Amino acid sequence: METLEFSFPAKSKGRSNAHVGVVGSGDLEVLLQPQKEMQSKVKIRTSVAGFSEQWKAVLDRFFQTHDAAVSIEINDAGATPGLVALRLAQAAEASEK
Amino acid sequence: MNAEHTALSERGRRWFTALTGTSAQTSTDPMHPASVLVADTKLADETARFLCVVPNPQARFPMASQGEVGLEEAYALAASVREVIDTHKSGKRRPIIAIVDLKSQAYGRREETAAIYHAAATATDAYATARMLGHPVIALVVGQALSGGFLTHGYQANRILAFDDPGVVIHAMHKEAAARVTRRTVAELDKLAETIIPLSYKIEDFAKLGILHELIKVKNAEQPQVDEIKLVSERLATAVADARQGELDLSVRWTSPSAKSSRHATIAAREAMFVQWDNIK
Amino acid sequence: MTTMTETKSEAVEFSKRASFIELSGRERAIALLDQGSWRELLGPFDRMESPWLVMQNITPQSDDGCIILKGKVDGQPCVVISMEPAFQGGSLGEVSGAKITAALDLACRDSKNGKVTSAVVLLETGGVRLPEANLGLAAVAEICSSFISLRQYAPVVCLSAGTVGCFGGMSLLAGLASYVILTRESRLGLNGPEVIEQEHGIEEFDSSDRKLVWAIDGGEQRYMTGMADVLVKDKVEEIAAALRKVLKAGLPKIHRSTQIDLFRKRIAALNTDQQIDPNTLRQTWKRES
Repeated sequence: METLEFSFPAKSKGRSNAHVGVVGSGDLEVLLQPQKEMQSKVKIRTSVAGFSEQWKAVLDRFFQTHDAAVSIEINDAGATPGLVALRLAQAAEASEK
Repeated sequence: MNAEHTALSERGRRWFTALTGTSAQTSTDPMHPASVLVADTKLADETARFLCVVPNPQARFPMASQGEVGLEEAYALAASVREVIDTHKSGKRRPIIAIVDLKSQAYGRREETAAIYHAAATATDAYATARMLGHPVIALVVGQALSGGFLTHGYQANRILAFDDPGVVIHAMHKEAAARVTRRTVAELDKLAETIIPLSYKIEDFAKLGILHELIKVKNAEQPQVDEIKLVSERLATAVADARQGELDLSVRWTSPSAKSSRHATIAAREAMFVQWDNIK
Repeated sequence: MTTMTETKSEAVEFSKRASFIELSGRERAIALLDQGSWRELLGPFDRMESPWLVMQNITPQSDDGCIILKGKVDGQPCVVISMEPAFQGGSLGEVSGAKITAALDLACRDSKNGKVTSAVVLLETGGVRLPEANLGLAAVAEICSSFISLRQYAPVVCLSAGTVGCFGGMSLLAGLASYVILTRESRLGLNGPEVIEQEHGIEEFDSSDRKLVWAIDGGEQRYMTGMADVLVKDKVEEIAAALRKVLKAGLPKIHRSTQIDLFRKRIAALNTDQQIDPNTLRQTWKRES
């Protein structure tokens, strides 16, 4: 298991908790919660180690268009970057509802 | 010693005979298979019903001839347990002692076609119902107690006792199959089991989970010795008395001292569930 | 201290003609309860996950693959227990097992106190989660016990729609249930075809023979041999309606798993010299209409 942690600057308040996804093979679940601090945190647990840079790249892109202060937990079982991006977007959308 | 029996195991029959004084098939019911031994025998100052599933090379169902719990076995167990319930008149309810040494449930096409899951459920129902009515149900594991077989015969007991012996294994799946399914080698499984207790095939590790009531040290688990038969009988009687003092459910399996550490996640989940459930308006 | 789960009772829209099978474990449970009537217990944000998986390089799931929703069906209290088939094949671990046992015990407690609370278990499961082996197996025994307890006071329903099927120790619940609802796509058995093939060879069970698999374990076969109470299409609306119908019927006069004599006679009557013909079984075990 590899645990990765990242943080990103935030500008606005997060709205509500959101949960998407399932930890199936090739899939991931995302738990998103608003953060009090004006900073976003991401913690990833993945059974596929060694892709720290790819995770950072996906997260960089996500936070470019999402500036709400959130704490994100990801439980990953080998999802592609495309699927990760999708799940993050789904979680963000659910949080804003 | 390899815990996997390659020859047919005689432990169940031997301990059944030793503890009940009989090896004869006592049921006259033509539907009752020779693989299910039933005897009503003195245990301390009362009569207890002893039950055991043993190999039967003449079994009608070819996949249930080596001590597996098959269709006939499951329904015979259910009927034998129900009989104890139905013949109760008054006073203390009769104890039921399940002597366990079984390969597993029966794996076969006939079995699946004839809904063996339902047969297993029927025996489970009978044992659990007996326990909930106040019959002390005790399981004595003298050999193997694997997966669906153990669920059907023994795992609904108030108290589970086991011999502290390398030939005694309680597990969800026998090792070779478990290795295949989880795509690991047997050596890898053994290594994992050193630190992950629920994976272990060793009975002394199982005992740490908080589910077992007692480990009985016997010098000879294969051939019952006179002094050890007496000891086991006494331990069974004590377990019966202990069961009568306790709950009619299975909560002892997560409230026992060992469970407090090994099953802390069970305890935490239960406690949290109770709080949340009651907080819902 | 626990924090109350944040999962609110959402007004989730399901197309009435939608496939039930295509829904996740959580969505299936939501689809069955009266809209707006439910709360999730020990949901993802409570993070009650397995303590045994990370050390085996298996990513845990925040709800341990088991979703518990307490709510109402047709206005009556009901707890829906749903196994998530995509996580570890819907298999039962220590925490998911504890969640289920606790939910059944609470429904039983409430029922005894006058608030009759039924339980519906959505079984999409391969049985015991092998990375948790003995704690999974122990949990199955405990769930069976709590199921039988609750069954005295309130109907307990098992529903399996597919595609994982209902195999392993959890299949015992289908035997114990007050009512069993299956789709044609579902399969129900103690040992899966692959396991039997591994144990006794391809002659005994060719697990790649789909026709054979469904002829023996399929929902329609179980229904036509009287082992299931309702056979439904894979449609959210129909499955929800089937559930309401059985719950409305209340406790059955007699539970299937207490009919020992009937089944003993049936087993005794089988010719075991060869494999049992599933079609013949539909005649000899004919379901009462």
